[in-house]
Amino acid sequence: MSDLSRALQAPWPDLRLQREAVGLGMWFFLASEVLFFAALFCSYAVYRSFNEEAFRIAASHTKIVYGSINTALLLTSSLTMTVALRAAAAQLKRMTLFCLGATAALGAAFLVTKGLEYRADIEEHLIPGPNFPLKPAATAMFWGLYWIMTGIHAIHLTAGIGVVIVVLTLFWRETIPVQGSTMEGVAIYWHFVDTVWIFLFPLIYLAGRS
Amino acid sequence: MSEMILPLVRAEESRPTSYLDEGHTVLSWLLTTDHKRIAILYALSITVFFFMGGIVIGLVRLELISPTGWFMTSDEYNRAFTIHGIIMVWFFLVPSIPATIGNFVLPMMIGAPDVAFPRLNLLSWYLYVIGASFTVYVLLSGGVDTGWTFYPPFSSSYSNSSVVPAAVGVFVVGFSSIATGVNFMATIHLLRAPGMTWFRLPLFGWSMYVVSMVMVLATPVLAMSLLLICAERLFGLPIFDASVGGDPVLFQHLFWFYSHPAVYIMILPAMGVVSEVFACFARRRVFGYAFMVYALLMIGVVGFMVWGHHMFVAGQSPLANLIFSFLSFIVAVPSAIKVFNWTATLYRGQIGFEAPMLYALGFLGLFTTGGLTGLFLASVPIDIATTDSYFVVAHFHTIMVGGTVSAFMAGIHYWWPKVTGRRYHEFAAQLAAITMFLGFNLTFVPQFIMGWLGMPRRYHIYPDVFQIWHVLSSGGAAMLAVAYLLPLAYLGWSLFNGDQAGDNPWQATGLEWQTPSPPPKQNFLHPPRITNAPYQYHEMGRAREEGEETPVAEQGDVR
Repeated sequence: MSDLSRALQAPWPDLRLQREAVGLGMWFFLASEVLFFAALFCSYAVYRSFNEEAFRIAASHTKIVYGSINTALLLTSSLTMTVALRAAAAQLKRMTLFCLGATAALGAAFLVTKGLEYRADIEEHLIPGPNFPLKPAATAMFWGLYWIMTGIHAIHLTAGIGVVIVVLTLFWRETIPVQGSTMEGVAIYWHFVDTVWIFLFPLIYLAGRS
Repeated sequence: MSEMILPLVRAEESRPTSYLDEGHTVLSWLLTTDHKRIAILYALSITVFFFMGGIVIGLVRLELISPTGWFMTSDEYNRAFTIHGIIMVWFFLVPSIPATIGNFVLPMMIGAPDVAFPRLNLLSWYLYVIGASFTVYVLLSGGVDTGWTFYPPFSSSYSNSSVVPAAVGVFVVGFSSIATGVNFMATIHLLRAPGMTWFRLPLFGWSMYVVSMVMVLATPVLAMSLLLICAERLFGLPIFDASVGGDPVLFQHLFWFYSHPAVYIMILPAMGVVSEVFACFARRRVFGYAFMVYALLMIGVVGFMVWGHHMFVAGQSPLANLIFSFLSFIVAVPSAIKVFNWTATLYRGQIGFEAPMLYALGFLGLFTTGGLTGLFLASVPIDIATTDSYFVVAHFHTIMVGGTVSAFMAGIHYWWPKVTGRRYHEFAAQLAAITMFLGFNLTFVPQFIMGWLGMPRRYHIYPDVFQIWHVLSSGGAAMLAVAYLLPLAYLGWSLFNGDQAGDNPWQATGLEWQTPSPPPKQNFLHPPRITNAPYQYHEMGRAREEGEETPVAEQGDVR
């Protein structure tokens, strides 16, 4: 199978081991990512425990409709990603390409929704600074964290969409075969970004709506 | 690989092409994925940064000769020690041993042809260079004055210096650490040669594994804390702003959650290096191999739980202080196990005082001193009295410079014949090792004393009583400078004029020595197979002096 031999990279003796390495490497990287977000969530937890009331007031100004639509979009994208991974393992090239395309599209739809939400936030001046409308002062802490948390998540998602599009192109042009080790890493990363959102959703949108 | 081959290939050599001869163009180096070449790229770049940080601290020590401050303003002084700290910690010490010696030796040690992800390895070097070039920008744009710790609210609201570029530089270099860590862990898990079980892994391999774990788990927290500082500076998002309920101490928690483990990122590889060197130059198996491994793991794990001892005076609760103090004492246990085991390795060994061994012995003494003074600082009442004094400065320099740099030099000398295929001038190297040890002590023993007497860190104007100690310390710094410049000279000389080293000049065990020097691109001529535990020196005896050696290529199957 010359198709498969192109997928094999130095220094690996066979594709099985290489696939294992890509998965393992990605998990190690995600361990790092978990700590990255953990620092942020930990800061959120500390500040929320100090300023319970302010966080409740501030969080009630988030736009839960946008947040809910985005949750649905992202969860669906994880579904299409899983199908893409299975299809790649079964060497169903067209199915893999279709599902990857759908995943990237759902991710992009998330970003668009997020953009609309940001616009609504900006119209309400929900940016910490001189014109910040909410009281007490600690509500600015929540909104500071809001912009950082969602911003960093959006950057991760953008990177994910970029990677999916690159991989899609490589598969399409048959530069690398679908059943190589690539899909493994891409899929794990995508699910991670999705998982981060599952933690963000209640922290941002539900904190002020109990 | 590039097609260019040097016309002067030595005719008598029928041995395989070494990695150094696989292309001689600049591009063949900049686009290489060979772990050995990447190690050399790293070595060259961290050397540049080491001397950059060294020059800055030279200026600082010169300034401190006079108690009144004679050629720097306070502002310039702040910028000088900050740049020294940032460069030395992140652009030298953190990548020093793992990215150079680790990159070169680790895959060979475990019998692998390369690291798990060669292109990621190259990427990590580029990230390092990009991050480092930001620092150059910081230097050109006037420096940064927050200290290497970036504490808010000074760093977030008040400092008028290039905090953001410095933080970005550190942030990007952090990614290079993470990439290296992920790469090494995957390599050790999946690319060990047949027969290389976990408990046959040389201790340097273990130290690389543990340090990778710490890098992967600690560095992202630093990244986040710097990112939050940048968000506050650039966009006014109030994360550490006390006027709206933010907590500057939270930054200290996040920062030290990385920066204390970072101390172990610096010292664990050093422990790995000296374990190899002690075994080889005492001709003995490392005493208590299994306990050495457990000690490394325990240091790696407990190292994550002691960050609060940097904050005894920051308003932590007494209970938190108590717990962090206790855990800090606990870290001393595995560290002491290692020191005792190294000593036991030396006991009744046939000790040779070649340069790597002298450096390693220097490490042993200085690491012990640094560790014991660390116990002083782990104890809350003493720490409260000595916080932010030269006692602290001397303590962490003894670990990080006395310990890590000594071990780094030990490693450079030990593996130099393997990397370059040449010998360096032994006497010059011994002289440099001794000068370094003496210079180090002359620099930092006075700092311990004046710190204990109450000299605070980060001031360039100080009471006259401390002047004698500062002058002594500056004299020691000059001596250290000589000790650091000497190796540049004789190692540089050996590159062009050194004798051929032979494949295994130290008669060392370890797979990296069972291959030609310098090694071929794929590291081994035959796939290695391992049949016994590391450090079988008792079987070889003091074979180093017999001087007869068979080139690896003729030995048939490599054991």
